[in-house]
Amino acid sequence: MPMTITEKILAAAAGKDSVKPGELINARVDLVLGNDITAPVAIKEFQKIGVDRVWDKDRVALVPDHFTPNKDIKSAEQAKMVREFAHQQELSNYFEVGRMGIEHCLLPEQGLVGPADVIIGADSHTCTYGALGAFATGVGSTDLAAAMALGETWFKVPESIKFVFHGQLGKWVGGKDLILYTIGQIGVDGALYKAMEFSGETIRQLSMDGRFTMCNMAIEAGGKNGIIEPDEITRQYVEGRTKRPYTFYTSDPDAEYTQVYHFDTSKIEPQVAFPHLPENARPVSQAGQVEIDQAVIGSCTNGRIEDLRLAAEILKGNKVNQRVRLIVIPGTQEIYRQAMREGLFEIFLDAGAVVSTPTCGPCLGGHMGILAKGERCIATTNRNFVGRMGHPESEVYLANPAVAAASAVTGRISHPEEVL
Amino acid sequence: MKLQGKAWKFGNDVDTDIIIAARYLNSSDPAELARHCMEDGDPEFASKVQPGDMILAAKNFGCGSSREHAPIAIKAAGVSCVVAKSFARIFYRNAFNIGLPILECPEAIDEVQEGDTLAVDAATGTIQNLTTGKEYQAVPIPDFMRQIIDAGGLISYVKERVNKNV
Repeated sequence: MPMTITEKILAAAAGKDSVKPGELINARVDLVLGNDITAPVAIKEFQKIGVDRVWDKDRVALVPDHFTPNKDIKSAEQAKMVREFAHQQELSNYFEVGRMGIEHCLLPEQGLVGPADVIIGADSHTCTYGALGAFATGVGSTDLAAAMALGETWFKVPESIKFVFHGQLGKWVGGKDLILYTIGQIGVDGALYKAMEFSGETIRQLSMDGRFTMCNMAIEAGGKNGIIEPDEITRQYVEGRTKRPYTFYTSDPDAEYTQVYHFDTSKIEPQVAFPHLPENARPVSQAGQVEIDQAVIGSCTNGRIEDLRLAAEILKGNKVNQRVRLIVIPGTQEIYRQAMREGLFEIFLDAGAVVSTPTCGPCLGGHMGILAKGERCIATTNRNFVGRMGHPESEVYLANPAVAAASAVTGRISHPEEVL
Repeated sequence: MKLQGKAWKFGNDVDTDIIIAARYLNSSDPAELARHCMEDGDPEFASKVQPGDMILAAKNFGCGSSREHAPIAIKAAGVSCVVAKSFARIFYRNAFNIGLPILECPEAIDEVQEGDTLAVDAATGTIQNLTTGKEYQAVPIPDFMRQIIDAGGLISYVKERVNKNV
């Protein structure tokens, strides 16, 4: 029976020859993940199950990244609970402040997730790892607790939607623009409970960082997972990095999709998603006059080295506008070190930006850049919901790192060409 | 399970930041989360809602984050069930796992008015509007989800499995 890549991975994890959309399966998981917000609830639930140990101490990753370095006493208590559990369970993949990163930048970088893996994480952006040709999806804390005990979880096999991207990307157009454009076309529930498979010649030329960005935001269209068939670019990324053996699955040519979309990417401009939903995407040329108070470059969506290089390319020789705060947040300690070595921090500091230690911080209105009433922020993050970055009457505009950097310079939402 | 209460209506794409803003996620205490339930959508909601009341929303309720704090906040605020045209998938799963009844019923959402009194049988999915006398049938709950509910939630279900394995 012909299958999609998602179906093949799930079939293998369930010990079956094949699976069909709608089928309920029990699947082994290769890695489970929690953070400082979701893990405390999971730990409490885990303790009710009545087992002493997690199923595999090497396959439970805990990353305190949301409200860390601890932003207040309550957050410190939550982080402490996660730390103590990790030590008590002797988890090999607990990442302390100073050795950590934003979870979805960190786990691929550390080789903890790889092609054909099945990964669940108590964080909705766990779908990021689909960029490696893995099946990865977000769950809640109770599901995480159950998987920490059993090493398996249940899934309803999702139907798949195929997105085929044709053509050459424009100079300032990247993975962020492709995914914002896609969500703009299908809406925030356009892929509800479905697998979003990204393919086509444009994707084949897209870097791993760009692919992570695209799969990261599958959840913003309601998707269960985002996925890209692994290829030579994937191989170069995982070789010598991914710690477990891996398999490259591809979709059969006659696999079934509920819908197939074709997009001509040569016609796609840098995108900006207006408040208060990611589906409100429009070309930056149609943004109009939108003055901003803050720009944030970072997050699990766009906090990788390529993103920082792109921002630096725009900021070099430029100054952040007098009325704007620019906050740059490298995704992991490794990315931080790399950016420092490449001299990117010099460029950011010369421009008048602040560079933060890795944290999810402002993306979810936690800390490190909260907005006051009426303030506007352009951000390379993933959500622009009401109150997402602070006051319920503040606004977030989503864009790629070049657009965010250019806007920080002009003080209003701008095309990168405006400042070069 | 028979539930009864007044309807509070919300629109499309009610996200998890509306249900419980991230600034309150430095706690997982249900009572504290309940005090801020729906705050950025309706700052008065937590003080107005009465035990047994129901949230009625349009499409894609609970989109966004995986935070289980969202259904926990709704349940602890005294809301007896959520009826929507559709639910975002992580929220859907979380609600079952923590024992918050949720039902999909587009017809009821189109017709029920805010403040109507509803009687809901969460087991059969029947929704009666006691104010207008109309009755609706929600989409049936999948069998497997039913097993989780019957076991008393996911953790009890897992406990049973763990005990069988030992």
